[in-house]
Amino acid sequence: MSHTAIKDTRTPVDPSDGRGSLSQRSLPRWAPTGFAAAGLAIGAGVGAGAGLSSKVQWGLIAVVAFLVISYTATTVVENRRQAKDRLATSVVWVCFVLAVIPLVSLLWTTISRGIGSLDPHFLTHSMAGVIGSDPNGGVYHAVIGTLEQVGIATVIATPIGLLTAVYLVEYGKGALARAVTFFVDVMTGIPSIVAGLFILSIMLMAKIGPSGLMGAIALSILMVPVVVRSTEEMLKLVPNELREAALALGVPKWRMILKVVLPTAIGGISTGVMLAIARIAGETAPVILLVYGSQFINMDPFNGAQSSLPFYIYEQYKIGEVEAINRAWSAALLLIAFVMILNLVARGIARWKAPKTGR
Amino acid sequence: MAKRIDVSGLTAYYGTHRAIDDISMTVEPRSVTAFIGPSGCGKSTFLRTLNRMHEVTPGGRVEGKVLLDDENLYGPNVDPVAVRRTVGMVFQRPNPFPTMSIFDNVAAGLRLNGTARKSDLAETVEKSLKGANLWNEVKDRLNKPGSGLSGGQQQRLCIARAIAVEPQVLLMDEPCSALDPISTLAIEDLIGELKERFTIVIVTHNMQQAARVSDRTAFFNLAAVGQPGKLVEIDETERIFANPSVQATEDYISGRFG
Repeated sequence: MSHTAIKDTRTPVDPSDGRGSLSQRSLPRWAPTGFAAAGLAIGAGVGAGAGLSSKVQWGLIAVVAFLVISYTATTVVENRRQAKDRLATSVVWVCFVLAVIPLVSLLWTTISRGIGSLDPHFLTHSMAGVIGSDPNGGVYHAVIGTLEQVGIATVIATPIGLLTAVYLVEYGKGALARAVTFFVDVMTGIPSIVAGLFILSIMLMAKIGPSGLMGAIALSILMVPVVVRSTEEMLKLVPNELREAALALGVPKWRMILKVVLPTAIGGISTGVMLAIARIAGETAPVILLVYGSQFINMDPFNGAQSSLPFYIYEQYKIGEVEAINRAWSAALLLIAFVMILNLVARGIARWKAPKTGR
Repeated sequence: MAKRIDVSGLTAYYGTHRAIDDISMTVEPRSVTAFIGPSGCGKSTFLRTLNRMHEVTPGGRVEGKVLLDDENLYGPNVDPVAVRRTVGMVFQRPNPFPTMSIFDNVAAGLRLNGTARKSDLAETVEKSLKGANLWNEVKDRLNKPGSGLSGGQQQRLCIARAIAVEPQVLLMDEPCSALDPISTLAIEDLIGELKERFTIVIVTHNMQQAARVSDRTAFFNLAAVGQPGKLVEIDETERIFANPSVQATEDYISGRFG
């Protein structure tokens, strides 16, 4: 027997070390925060020392310093693999911060400048007879315009978009479905001014005057592809097993779609519709072309010029007086709040309608 | 109520690919027929041709005849929806409707078919849940979502849903393959009770299960990967397992291949 039997002994551990081969030196948990603080300090120090006036340059120096410090420190204390890992994590954090800065800055600017003149008077009065430098005047007519135009556009676009998506997912195959998908993709990229010109050409040919309805039709052209796309994705997420389960019970296909597929996806579909509304609520071009804008309250979306929030912002800013610019900021804040409330409502519906798993 | 199925010369395709080739067999009423065979041999495809679910798959089509008490399921004026009301199906993975409560899941077939009357509904649901041996476990939480049940309970919920529409035939596509042994036992007991009222066809990979629950067993095989599946033989379960007439069956059952 030349082979020795495998001995049942443990691999000796260096007693002086006290660590196994699986553990190693590691940085404390607060290390990344420390690196970031050091990076910021270096950025500020170098920036101030060299007399750099642009804060963007300070920030870039801080970012580079942060990345270099975390990479070298980790290489020295831990090892190369950990250092690469730390570097990648740091880059992700830097990108996250870069993405958040403009968002926070935008929100902060709008709130701080807009909150001042946002009062009940502003919300309940129009601009009728108000000159630019007059601090009175309000946004009521524009709010009415936005609510009516966006409301009508939603009523037109949601059923069309929803049914198109149902067709594409549940029925469509072959050339027609491919053509529909292609044109929906093309429509997603239509600039709002082009949709406005399209409706304007019809208005000129048919000799129709400006009205909220015309603007709403142009907005619905912009909204349909967004609704189709999001609904399509949501319907594709519904498991095929549920469709088969319903069909195997002898349920006709249309009832299967209505009672099983759509309820399962309703949360995501409503989110998609809300996002589409948020997209069109900020459109200015169709309103300029088709609704003309107005200083007066016009409750009737089918007759005569109306205003809308984005148009109002543009109009007030163009006046150039301090009071008018304040009004523009307040209207911008109102528009952001409107879109945010829609998003919250959509999330609420999605949570409320989501398939339940509780016991 | 339970009906006999006569299949003759049935060939099923996915697009141009022939999945099963020229299958003929008879399924006796009020009995359990088990399909066994290696993966990919077309057992499930054949099962799905028996209630026209095969054609739900894009590209799926069928040639041949399936007679349900002398009426051809693939006749020119036959409505697939009506076929599926007569021939119910239970799937491999439990698939209760996630937006519906336990009660609504069982009532789904009746409600979605528009045949439900409010007064009968509660009675039918109770009867079906009792029929699926699930009533005692869920009677206090009928309004809770069906997806909150355990896997075995969900599968029995799906069986209750299938029998609530009073089909004549019940097809089961590996109903226990996602379940633990205790839930499997519960469903096997249930199959034994259900065969008093329904014609049952069950696909299974578990040979002991086929031997335990079925009266007749059909063995499917395929010549090679990519070739269509064929029916090798169908006979009394005892004969298939004790003394099959084809060598391939014996090889498969004794574990020499597959």
